[in-house]
Amino acid sequence: MNINADIAKTYIVSNKRLTAVAALGVLLGMSVYIFMNSMMVGFDRSANESIFRSTPHIRVYKEDIISQVLVQKHPENYVIINPKIVPKNNRIINPNLVCETISKEKDVTVVTPQVNTSVFYNNGKSQITGLAIGILPNEANQMYNISSFMVEGSFDQLKSNMNGIIIGSGIANKMNVTIGDNINLTSSKGVNRTFKIIGIFKSNNSKVDKVNSYINLSTSQQLLKEGNNYITDINVNIKDPEQAEEIAKKLAAMTGYNAEGWKQTNETLMAAFRMRRIVINFVSLTILLVAGFGIYNILNMTVTQKINDIAILKAIGFKGKDVIRIFVTQAVSIGFMGVIGGVILATLIIKMLQHVYIGGDIGYFPIRYELIKYLQGVGIGMFITFWAGYIPARKAASVDPVSIFRK
Amino acid sequence: MKNIILKTEGVNKFFYDPIEFQVLKNISFEVQRGEFLTMIGKSGSGKSTLLYILSTMDTDYKGKLYIDNQLTTGLSIDKLAELRNEKIGFVFQFHYLLNEFTCLKNVMIPALKLGKMDPKEIEERAYEKLKILGLADQALKPSNKLSGGQQQRVAIARALINDPLLIMGDEPSGNLDSKNTNIVFDILQDLSKNYGQTIIAVTHDEDFAKKSDRTIEMHDGEIKSA
Repeated sequence: MNINADIAKTYIVSNKRLTAVAALGVLLGMSVYIFMNSMMVGFDRSANESIFRSTPHIRVYKEDIISQVLVQKHPENYVIINPKIVPKNNRIINPNLVCETISKEKDVTVVTPQVNTSVFYNNGKSQITGLAIGILPNEANQMYNISSFMVEGSFDQLKSNMNGIIIGSGIANKMNVTIGDNINLTSSKGVNRTFKIIGIFKSNNSKVDKVNSYINLSTSQQLLKEGNNYITDINVNIKDPEQAEEIAKKLAAMTGYNAEGWKQTNETLMAAFRMRRIVINFVSLTILLVAGFGIYNILNMTVTQKINDIAILKAIGFKGKDVIRIFVTQAVSIGFMGVIGGVILATLIIKMLQHVYIGGDIGYFPIRYELIKYLQGVGIGMFITFWAGYIPARKAASVDPVSIFRK
Repeated sequence: MKNIILKTEGVNKFFYDPIEFQVLKNISFEVQRGEFLTMIGKSGSGKSTLLYILSTMDTDYKGKLYIDNQLTTGLSIDKLAELRNEKIGFVFQFHYLLNEFTCLKNVMIPALKLGKMDPKEIEERAYEKLKILGLADQALKPSNKLSGGQQQRVAIARALINDPLLIMGDEPSGNLDSKNTNIVFDILQDLSKNYGQTIIAVTHDEDFAKKSDRTIEMHDGEIKSA
């Protein structure tokens, strides 16, 4: 063993209590950092999963437009007294071609048209407002994985039964209907139609369960009194949801329609996520930093205590950088012990929390072992430890032996 | 032929705090190989200051210092540390051992730092040195468990481990009783006579100085008699 490391080891071992206190600080900071960040990743993932059950990564649609004067040159001469949104304009022209073009794009995994219809669900006297989502069953299942959160019935029947409907569990409860019952839908265009319930789903979001239902695309077009090329939305899923914003821009430029990534669609939710991320990062980093101060303190104390040792070491030929190495080795060793302990403790906490039932839409605590957060924690922990050791070590290195010997 | 190990040329040193004050005035002298030199003088005469300049630890002076015919004035701090490690052994007034280490380890450290031998050999040499100083049986004790006189002998063993060109002592018998002072002096004299070791020691003990080969008396920053 190198003599510098040897001396560092002796200082660590001969002052076990100080070492233990400093290492314990790092241990706690480390475990809290890893645990909090893993929890955040878990929350984000579970929230995203719940979002992607009803939202595509990218939605391509045509914005409703306000009616404009025909002659743009002198608009002041052509006053429109009461400008309105022109409703007919929100359809996508030649949707099949658009779908085909988009699906040729790389990174795109699923492309499916969708028509949403605001409806009333009627059963006897009870009436609920809601949203009937017209889908192509195969593609929509690929996108939202609807069959995975079905609680009753089978999703596949939607393909063969044009009059079939899959309703949210909230609607089923409120209307007291179950598989095989009939339910009547009234669309915003006044079309009335009776559907047969072939399935009930329960997503993570009870609001969705109380409002949404899935029907065939062609049926929803009929509810709106439109033909089979009436498409308002084209939904796109891509390989990496994080790139949705960029790909959306590309799709918008390519198709000429609006394209919106899921983060934009859920802007409010995303803002809340961001805030949560900032708070958790701030808190966990602060805790780690405080642990760093613990090491700094103890190293500072050691340097003050060992000032005679430092002087004698310098007198017998140790250079400034040797002294720095001794104390940095000490700090990093303490930090390493703390980091190892912290990793173990974090793993235990996560293991324990995974078995805690939260209930509601979440179920079990959504936390997993996040390797990246572990590595990040270890990295930041060692970085802070290094500097917490380096600063007192530099002070030690600048000790003038003569001034110590002359005291 | 004279074999000069250490030489100073016109060394001057000033203290600036609290007021400007010249501690050393134009000090020039030589030390021969194998010489046992003592420096005496009243408190404030500058003898310790001179020793720390000779030891290369104090670099803030005017004039020139040669050790082993090499000009050390102006060398970098790291270079001086290497030089000290290899060529100078130190014995201080308050023995200054590393308390957390065993005596053996204390003796070994300068050699481990030098890194010219493997640790096994160093350990054997350290034992040898401790045996010369009559401390072989204390080798594995923590250094702070030893008496003052024993600690000072361990410090001498440590100073010897790298076979230095010269040993410097700052009041090596300073806080020892007369019995231990005699022991330390006998050891130093033995080293000088039988091993040809060059020794420079600062002391205020006249008896101690009388027994050495040559005594330099300092007075108000000047060499009064040599």
